Amino acid sequence: MGKLRKHLRTLVQLVFAALTNGYAAGFAKGSIYKGAGKLVCVPGLNCYSCPGALGSCPIGSFQAVITSRTNKFTFYVIGFFLLFGALFGRLVCGWLCPFGLVQDLLDKIPFPKKLRRLPGDRVLKYLKYVILVGFVIVLPLTVLDIVGQGQPWFCKYICPSGTLFAGIPLIASNPPLRAALGWLFTWKTAILAALLLLSIVVYRPFCRYLCPLGAIYGLFNPVALYRFRIDAEKCTQCGACQRACKLDIPVWQTPNSPECIRCGDCRRACPHGAVCTVNPVPQHHKSNT
Amino acid sequence: MSFIRRNRAAIITLAVAVLFLALGVLRGETQTVFRKAVNICMECIGLG
Repeated sequence: MGKLRKHLRTLVQLVFAALTNGYAAGFAKGSIYKGAGKLVCVPGLNCYSCPGALGSCPIGSFQAVITSRTNKFTFYVIGFFLLFGALFGRLVCGWLCPFGLVQDLLDKIPFPKKLRRLPGDRVLKYLKYVILVGFVIVLPLTVLDIVGQGQPWFCKYICPSGTLFAGIPLIASNPPLRAALGWLFTWKTAILAALLLLSIVVYRPFCRYLCPLGAIYGLFNPVALYRFRIDAEKCTQCGACQRACKLDIPVWQTPNSPECIRCGDCRRACPHGAVCTVNPVPQHHKSNT
Repeated sequence: MSFIRRNRAAIITLAVAVLFLALGVLRGETQTVFRKAVNICMECIGLG
């Protein structure tokens, strides 16, 4: 049972990634799923052009609606942000995002000098908000082509998830797409490669510094149904929670930091059980009778 | 403290989420999302 608990998050990440990307025929044929599942947004950063994707990426969908000719605001996609945010906050990042899973797996590769954070972390962590406002909202709304249509700037110029889960598999299995490769694919592959390599050295660099979806969900951490509190009577301020946190968050001071992806390492590390959930979560090792 | 009082902000947010989702469906935004999602997104895969 202890082993299961230790690997529970990885298991959930794998199962959720497989469930939401289960269109196996897409990988074989070099095509994508075209069914009704694409009407709905999945919680994590999961490109809808991934051959296996059964749902829509919320960031891609947001840009698709605001760059459409009919609507410059999207109630529908913001509704999904509010829904997932109010329920889970950044638990989505820690447990349900396929690109988060990739970074978690890369973090398991041994490296002689792992970093707790990148130099300039205090400033860099705000870059994801700049990307959210700039590349997801302002540029798609304001930089228009000759027919008055914007572009999905984040998807086009930054998103490494789209390159990894959609670009590479589609180009590998679809020869006509290979013929259209150009500088943009090289640029996006370079971003992806840099982030994958960096993920071996520092934990989740994309989530920490670049992800606009994480920036959105982080704002919900203090109010989401799944949120933490510190039991002041039990907490000795020993700092064990911060030492266990791969994102180096002082959990005992800011249990609902917007950076927290709810991996739960701090809860397991606290020797006094002081890191609690505000709303009780059923736990098999405790008796609540 | 009761569940509702403890989670007032989350419950209000959830109510707004349901309202927004319904408004989005009524405005036809689902079709915009669907149209984009069932065609290979050239920008997303790095082909422009």
